[in-house]
Amino acid sequence: MARYDRAITVFSPDGHLFQVEYALEAVRKGNAAVGVRGSDTIVLAVEKKSTPKLQDSRSVRKIVNLDDHIALACAGLKADARVLINRARIECQSYKLTIEDPVTVEYITRYIAGLQQKYTQSGGVRPFGLSTLIIGFDPHTHTPSLYQTDPSGTFSAWKANATGRNSNSIREFLEKNYTETSGQETLKLAIRALLEVVESGGKNIEVAVMTREQGLRQLEEAEIDAIVADIEAEKAAAEAAKKAPATKET
Amino acid sequence: MMKIDFSGLDPSLPVKGNAEDLDDEILAAPSFKLPVTVDFDGFQKAAVQMVKPAKGTTTLAFIFKHGVMVAADSRASMGGYICKALLILNLYKINLYLAASQSVKKIIEINPYMLGTMAGGAADCQFWHRNLGIKCRLHELANKRRISVAGASKLLANILYSYRGMGLSVGTMIAGYDESGAGLYYVDSEGGRLKGTRFSVGSGSPYAYGVLDSGYSFDLSVEDAAELARRAIYHATFRDGASGGVASVYHVGPGGWKKLSGDDVGEMHYSYYPIEPTTVEQEMADVRIA
Repeated sequence: MARYDRAITVFSPDGHLFQVEYALEAVRKGNAAVGVRGSDTIVLAVEKKSTPKLQDSRSVRKIVNLDDHIALACAGLKADARVLINRARIECQSYKLTIEDPVTVEYITRYIAGLQQKYTQSGGVRPFGLSTLIIGFDPHTHTPSLYQTDPSGTFSAWKANATGRNSNSIREFLEKNYTETSGQETLKLAIRALLEVVESGGKNIEVAVMTREQGLRQLEEAEIDAIVADIEAEKAAAEAAKKAPATKET
Repeated sequence: MMKIDFSGLDPSLPVKGNAEDLDDEILAAPSFKLPVTVDFDGFQKAAVQMVKPAKGTTTLAFIFKHGVMVAADSRASMGGYICKALLILNLYKINLYLAASQSVKKIIEINPYMLGTMAGGAADCQFWHRNLGIKCRLHELANKRRISVAGASKLLANILYSYRGMGLSVGTMIAGYDESGAGLYYVDSEGGRLKGTRFSVGSGSPYAYGVLDSGYSFDLSVEDAAELARRAIYHATFRDGASGGVASVYHVGPGGWKKLSGDDVGEMHYSYYPIEPTTVEQEMADVRIA
């Protein structure tokens, strides 16, 4: 007697896994998330939908850490995210206990992606409805990494990437404007990319920076506001510079 | 056939269902068939006692400036019987169930940069070391970097712990060289795992410890360390009846392990304590026959 119902994720005649594609739809409806890798800093920035007045915003952190040296942001179903994050956190500690070394970013990404894949090939379950951006420093080589996973269970490393709402436009922006950066420049690039699709202001963005020495640091609203103001000023200056030579000619 | 049921230990496993279903076979809690006996506990005790006394051997390892030095004897015995005619019997393909030998390899090569020593059940040590080698290789392939000695020894210790009380007899040292330098761990079938700089395991270990501890210094050269290891094994084989044969010495350095020497302990005895030529007091001379 079978314990489960029939499998939910099955192939379509033309080779698609519709449940996985529908899960990707759910991701596309989720909040925008951007990750940028610099030479010594990695930044995650996530869109924050307006907080209801009575809600304690500290309980809805969108950027979480999986271990001292690894952090994760995601787009999609937040409840699914909670389950995946808990399993990943346990795996980080279990690995540390068994191998006596902290996980590498690649290992934990592979674990999370493996988990997401398992749920596309099991009976009676649906895929996780989220894509994750995982950042961290390798505990041995100290190189920074940024990885992305998606509901199908694939993962890859990126220099900069976005997921969630309008991720295509953000990615286009990043492709045009990405350069090797470090420190504050990386932070600015990430926020600039997110501002392409999000209303500017510290209230609407959650930003976290990871460095090798200090680990993950969540930015205060005031700090974000200051950087946004910087970016606006730079944009205005660039606009003015574009106009100035034109007026000189006439 | 009665099956021992472990589903109670792991809450995430499904409750035992119909044993005939293939599904249940794959998803069932790990279990093994119990032997058909009247007194299972007594049977278990007897099984463990049969293997327990076995650790007749001398193995040692120590960390020093240039890496790890690993040495062992090569005698395997079963009860009081040591067979030297193993080779001849093999030629005639006689099934020797009294498998005992003077030439057992007690230093097992897990991979090019890690060694394991054998004390206790030979089959247990060989099998689980080989299994550890497989796990280490899989780790390398999956993670694109070598496993650390700490990690490898922990994998073995966890496996042995899960078989605790089931009669495995393993007293091994995992010696290797990884990113954090030389590593030496003692792992046994009780599930214990110790990190250390000097270890000796087996029935000859008290004798080996005596020589090793008194001659040890971190700054030994490779040759001196090898000689110390060789001498310690020799002294142990001299006094311990369950140790003998050939003293093998291996060195594990940054470039991996290398076998340095394998000397017969009998010959070593005469090189350390050569026979003094005694002076003749009186020679027998020919008596002239008148």
